[in-house]
Amino acid sequence: MEIPVLENLEVVYKKPETLTDTPFHYCPGCGHGVAHRVLMEVIDELGIQEETIGVAPVGCSVFAYHYMNIDMQQAAHGRASAAATGIKRVLPEKYVFSYQGDGDLAAIGTAETIHTVNRGENILMVFINNAIYGMTGGQMAPTSLCGQVTSTTPYGRDPAKIGFPLKITELIAQLPGAYFVARHAVHTPNAVRKLKKALRSAFEYQKLNKGTCFIEIVSNCPSGWKLSPLESQKWIEENMFPMYPLGDIKVPGKNITAPSTENN
Amino acid sequence: MENTNKKEVRLMKGNEALAEAAIRAGLHAYFGYPITPQSEILEYFEEQAPKRGFTVLQAESEVASINMIYGAAGAGARVMTSSSSPGVSLMQEGISYIATAELPCLIVNITRGGPGLGTIQPSQGDYFQSVKGGGHGDYKLFVLAPSSVQEMADFVFDAFRVSEKYRIPALILADGALGQMMEKLTLPEEGSLPHVTPEWGTTGKTKDRERNIITSLHIQPEKMEAINHHLQAKYKAIEEAEVRYEEYFMEDAEIVFVAFGLSARICQKAVDIVREKGIKAGLIRPITLFPFPKQIISETANRAVGFMVVEMNAGQMVEDVQLAVNGKCPVYFKGRMGGMIPTPEEIAVALEEKFIHHEEKV
Repeated sequence: MEIPVLENLEVVYKKPETLTDTPFHYCPGCGHGVAHRVLMEVIDELGIQEETIGVAPVGCSVFAYHYMNIDMQQAAHGRASAAATGIKRVLPEKYVFSYQGDGDLAAIGTAETIHTVNRGENILMVFINNAIYGMTGGQMAPTSLCGQVTSTTPYGRDPAKIGFPLKITELIAQLPGAYFVARHAVHTPNAVRKLKKALRSAFEYQKLNKGTCFIEIVSNCPSGWKLSPLESQKWIEENMFPMYPLGDIKVPGKNITAPSTENN
Repeated sequence: MENTNKKEVRLMKGNEALAEAAIRAGLHAYFGYPITPQSEILEYFEEQAPKRGFTVLQAESEVASINMIYGAAGAGARVMTSSSSPGVSLMQEGISYIATAELPCLIVNITRGGPGLGTIQPSQGDYFQSVKGGGHGDYKLFVLAPSSVQEMADFVFDAFRVSEKYRIPALILADGALGQMMEKLTLPEEGSLPHVTPEWGTTGKTKDRERNIITSLHIQPEKMEAINHHLQAKYKAIEEAEVRYEEYFMEDAEIVFVAFGLSARICQKAVDIVREKGIKAGLIRPITLFPFPKQIISETANRAVGFMVVEMNAGQMVEDVQLAVNGKCPVYFKGRMGGMIPTPEEIAVALEEKFIHHEEKV
């Protein structure tokens, strides 16, 4: 069979150089793949592949270095921002980011998260919030919603017993060391575009040495939530966004916006 | 501080001598957290850093500082941290990661009496933690035990050299007395330990190489076993090439003290005391605790009447001495615990009780 040759066509979309050819190990419909891609697209477009070092700690994204074609470190659970601090302090001219899940950043690594931002480390922290522990099989996360059924909250998260969902992004936005704090999502093309713009700003801000940029990505976990990918996107909109509303939380040059009080 | 390039004799605290030596060894960054009896190390670095161009950061915890070490060492820098016993316990997970990712760095433990929060007085109770792994999994550190302020400074250079040569974390195991006491020392020369940024470091992926990855995760057991074999081969090479020990009156010794660090210094005096009574005692002082000088102990056991191991703990290194002696002659133990330091006299008495009066009693 003769293969038709397409000529004079313009390439409008391709895999960024900063992604390897390794197929993602993530479950079908998981937001990690999109988040990885957008992050790498930004690094590609800014032309900073040679100057960027990433840190991915324990969690589903611990293998991020399989996919991100940049120098990377795998960190201990909760310690990504400490490792990133170490890298940035000895390589202050480089771009450094951490890519952490909710259990990592908001439970076991809470001290490191707060103090990294409080020192105003000039790094980008990407925070994937899918309200569950994906890698270990669907246990409760600090960001799990009230009533959310997980393998360790089989009767639903009871705030009287285990506390309320931790809105750590609003919390760290209070710190003077935080320069740019925003919450985005990857559930629609429009949301992805907004996320990409924020990531781009965060990398550009890093050169200013003004403090930590922190971007939460509200994501999904179809396997952990026991939902189909499509159902999980709907679940995000109906359940996650009321608790974790999207948008800028702290923007350079503006006074801190009041953290959302919706559904608290 | 006029001219730091020439050798100079100074009177310094052990902690400060160690910190000054690290600066002279070309330290790029220090990350640490205060804890008695080693806080002078962090304080010294904080005071010197702006004048001498290196990075120092007081972390929010020992957990954070050891992971900052992981990041900075992974980025190819010459880095160190220090703490004391409870703080070093907190670091163990990170040390296991660092050992597995094969990152060179220096960790200093100015040991205090335990267990628990214990006391701030000197101890050697962290021997097991230092040489048997400490954290999870099969790994080793290159462990040096100084016994003077001079060695607190000198061993920093040796620690960095071996650490970078073999890509193994180095540990200086001293105690609170060595950290706090002041002695005369000749400071090591600045600039005598060149540093080359390693090609494996995460310094930014240039076009001429593949990306560098620092990790301790190898999920396939076949791969993880291969990593373990690689680590074990490295530890064997270190055992063959980097053993250090010191002998004192060993030419004709029949009864042999084995002690490290401060205990070894006290045992020297105990040797002098019993020698005056005509007892042919000597001392083997392990300087490297890993690799342990088992060969000299094993050889000595062929001709010795017996050994007495002296430690400021409940008996830890004595197990390694017993393994090296392998039943060829008796091995006795004399220890003090909880921050207590034995006197030369009580050690001499203990030796006489075991080896001299013992026979009379029987």
